[in-house]
Parts: sequence; C-alpha cells; structure tokens
Amino acid sequence: MVTPLIELRDVSVGYRHRPVFTHLSLSIDEGRFAGIVGPTGSGKTTLLNTVLGTVRPHAGEVLIGGRPLGRSRPGEVGYVPQLETVDWSFPVTVEQVILMGLYVNRRRLPWPSREERRRVAQIAEELGISTCLSHHIRNISGGQQQRAFLARALINHPRLLVLDEPTSGVDIKTQHDVLHLLHQLNRQGITILLTTHDLNAVAAHLPWVICFNQGVIAEGPPREVFTPEVLSRTYGGELAVFDHQGHLLIAHATTGS
Amino acid sequence: MLDTLLEPFAFEFFRNGLWAALMVGALCGMIGVFIVLRGMSYIGHGLSHAAFGGAVLGYTLNVNFYLGAVIVAFVAALLIHQLSKDGKIKSDAAIGIVTTAIFALGVALISRVRQFTQSFEAALFGNILGVTTTDLWVIAAVLTVAAVGLLLFYRPLLFSTFDRDAAAVFGIPTERLQMGFSLVLALAIIASMNIVGVTMIAAALIIPASTARLLSDSFSAMLIISTLLGALLGVSGLYASYHFDAASGATIVLFGAAAFLVALIYTRIRERLTMHEHLHYHGDVAHAHPHTHDGEHAHTHDGPLTPAKGRTGGTTALADAKYEKLP
Repeated sequence: MVTPLIELRDVSVGYRHRPVFTHLSLSIDEGRFAGIVGPTGSGKTTLLNTVLGTVRPHAGEVLIGGRPLGRSRPGEVGYVPQLETVDWSFPVTVEQVILMGLYVNRRRLPWPSREERRRVAQIAEELGISTCLSHHIRNISGGQQQRAFLARALINHPRLLVLDEPTSGVDIKTQHDVLHLLHQLNRQGITILLTTHDLNAVAAHLPWVICFNQGVIAEGPPREVFTPEVLSRTYGGELAVFDHQGHLLIAHATTGS
Repeated sequence: MLDTLLEPFAFEFFRNGLWAALMVGALCGMIGVFIVLRGMSYIGHGLSHAAFGGAVLGYTLNVNFYLGAVIVAFVAALLIHQLSKDGKIKSDAAIGIVTTAIFALGVALISRVRQFTQSFEAALFGNILGVTTTDLWVIAAVLTVAAVGLLLFYRPLLFSTFDRDAAAVFGIPTERLQMGFSLVLALAIIASMNIVGVTMIAAALIIPASTARLLSDSFSAMLIISTLLGALLGVSGLYASYHFDAASGATIVLFGAAAFLVALIYTRIRERLTMHEHLHYHGDVAHAHPHTHDGEHAHTHDGPLTPAKGRTGGTTALADAKYEKLP
C-alpha cells in the first residue's frame, strides 16, 4: 500500500484574514509526479508555500512523511523557485548556487570542504552542467539555469521535490528537457509536486494533475481530469479539449457565431 | 615636503581619527555588501536618522546617548522588516515612514528643549578629529562582532541574501538571521555616527560595496574588495581632509564617489576593449553578436553543427565563419 508523503488535513490559509482556501484536505502519495494547475489568484502558489512551510495555516495540519511540517529532516524537501524570481545579477557562480543546498549542514566555515566540492561535482555531472560550474549564473542558458537550481534542490537527496512554475520563462525545448529530467528523477523514487500554467505540458508529460481554484476541483491522470467541465470550473471560462493523434490538446474555446 | 606629508601624524587626535576612519571604513564596507545586494541601499540613510532620533530621545530621558540610539535604530530596523515583509508596503516606503518619523521626533525634542549640553552637531555631520580612546574601543568591538558574526554565519547570510524564501525552505532561520543582522547594522551605524555623520553614513555603506560589485562577479571577492576599499577610502579621505582643511566625513565620501567613478570608467573601457564579434555556441545555440570574454558571456568556440549554413562545425569552420551573423 502506497503511503501519502504529503497530507493536508482540514487546512485553512489566508493573508490578513482574507482566506485563500479553507478546510482543504489533500494527500499526495509517495512516488507521485503531480502538477497543480489553476488560474492566476487561484491559490496554487499559496498551496505550494503551505506544503513548503513558508506560509503557516490558520487551522489544520500539514504532514510531510507522516511528521508535522518543521520536524522533517533538513533537506528532506527540495525546492526549485520560479526562475523569474531569481536575482540574476547577484554575484554567484553555478557552483556556489549548488553549494547553498548544503548550507543546511552544520559546517560553519565559509569555504566548501573537499567532500562538499565532490558532492557538487557529482550532482553537476549527473545533471549535465559540470562544464559551467565556474560560470556566473546569468551567463548560462535557461535550461542550464533550471538544472543549476535543480542540482541545489537535489544535492541533499530529498524525498520530495517542489518546483514553482518550472516551465515558465523557458523555451519549448528547454521545457521539454526539464520535464523529461523530472520524469527520470521521479523514476528514481523522488516525489515531485509542481505548479504550472501550461496545461498542454501537463497533459503531455505529467501522470497526475490537480485542478485547483481555492480548493481541489478534481485530481487524477490528465486524460480523466482534463474535461471541458472540470477546466471550466477551474478557470471559469470555456476551454476545449482535443485528442490529436493520441495527444491531449487544450485550447481556448472560441465563442460567438 | 616630507615634513608636510607627515605633519598630521604628529597629532594624537589625527592618529585616533585615522584608526577610527580605518575601522569604520572597513565595517561599513563589509556590511554594505549585504545592504546593496538586498536592494536596501536606503536602510543606512534611514537607520542613521532613526539612531539620531533615538540618541536625542535617550538623552532627553537621561538614558545613555549611545544606548538610546542603538535601541531605537534596532527597533526601527525590525519595524521596517515587519512592515515590508508581505510586499504590500515596499521597503523603501517603510524606511521613509519609520526612520523619518523617529528623526522628526528627535528634531522636535531638540527644538522644544533647546538647552542641550551634548553636541548633536558631531552626530549629524561627523567629527572624526574629536575621537577619544573610548570611541576607538567601541568601534573596534563592533568591528570584531561584525567580522566574527560574518565568519560564523557567512553561509546562511549568503543564502538568505540571495534568495530568502528558498533559504527558509532549506531550513535557514531567516527571521532570526534578519534580526541579528539588523542589530549589527544598528551597532555599526552608532559606531560610525560620530565619525562620518548621520548625513554621510549611507554613502559610506553603499559606495565601497557598489564599487566592489563593478569590479567582481564573485560574492566573496566583493566582500573582501568592499572591506579593504572602505578602509582605504576612510584613511585616504581623512588624510586628504587634513591637507584640504575640509570636513572629514564629506572628504571620505567624495573620495568614495571618485573611486566609484574610476571603477565605472575602468569597467566601461575594459568592456569596449574586449568587445568583439564572432560565431560562438551556447550548448546547441550558435550565433554571433558583440560580446566580451571576461565571464560576462560564457560560451564555447568548438560547438555542434551549424545546419543553417551547412557547415561541419569545429574550429576550422569557425575560422571561416568569423564575423558571420546567423539568424
């Protein structure tokens, strides 16, 4: 029997007494590769932040691996921020960004130990960015930037990997590469939870989807969940679903005569 | 000639001032890196004004001048952080509201009482030549606290300065770290207040760090350059102020502005001299455009095929393809 890695029990979250979602119960099984989709302002980023522990619920309980949030081991949850929120002018190299993943350890000295450098080199090798370790983070391609932050998240061998909009701000090829890489990581046993605006990327790549708008509208495999009814309830507008040579395609439905 | 150059060193007040300028310059240079990179350049300006208000308040309440300034500056830093935390009120607005209000309180108290034995002019404009041995010990203590704190918390400070939200997810205690930094910043401002003056502290904090940023793309190098530059500017500015017979704080800041300008011109000239154009690769992407090779634009010359032109790739093809623009 698969046990849930993430459990939200009757959780209510809001900012300054303005509720974003209330009485939300949701569980995501260990080993799942799930994407949260929903319109802007639906609360999907707040849901992600609740799972990450950066937003505290007014009520309810959040459990990661059966333990209350905050009692998990350091590095158990890996996080990749939205690339658009990164300060690209900050003076750090790719190696220094990856090293930050190890700052949860107790080492006080500013410079990395030999073991830390070895771990950085190893994860960079695995993700195919070992040639750009000494480069400034601004001076590498979008795909390499995404991999650098993935390496930071993965260096502590997390059970859960959380990504905020990993498909935004990158070209289609990079998007495909990133999702393919996430598939590989998921096959290695890492549970993955991400948010995205790209319904077609979700339909093509993700095995599990959660339609969210101030609550869970529906969840399951994209083929079952991406119906015009569910999408209409999620987005509040008409969306058309096509099957093109076995691929699910979602588009805005045109209205009028 | 040599006698004229060495003349100021004969005076104890000048030697004390020199030590103070050296330590305050290094202290502000070190802390300024975090302030500049956090995009909170105005915090120094604001907190120094809050500290001034706190000093006047403390004096009025018969509390120690420095103690009042430290407490009020620290509380102001926390208030600014709390107000701007959720992003609704931006940090620059929070700094403006909190610190100007406290400064105004100080000014109101001065104008109401009008009979202060303590001179607040030194705090406002700096009086580096009135530095006592006690002042030197206070500055040395603050510099030591800041340097040791930086050494011990270098890693979490770097992470939370780069990306506070991600640092919190990774288990860095960002709130406590912010409080600790605010306290050290408040102490640094109080230690610097009588040296460079409330009106000049912001520049002492920002200029060395901004100059270092122009010269380096590495955080640790920026930290070292900014600290050394701050110390150098403090000493050279003070020395020049003696010969120019000008206000020491203002001269130090003017030297800083000149150093920033020189660094800016240097980086622009370097860019122009090293700027060139040829075919190069970023992974699978091949293109040609003006760029430099100083780490600002990493690329390879020995890339994959360039099917657009039917070339075979590699360095031989690159030699032929020089100055050729690809779509």
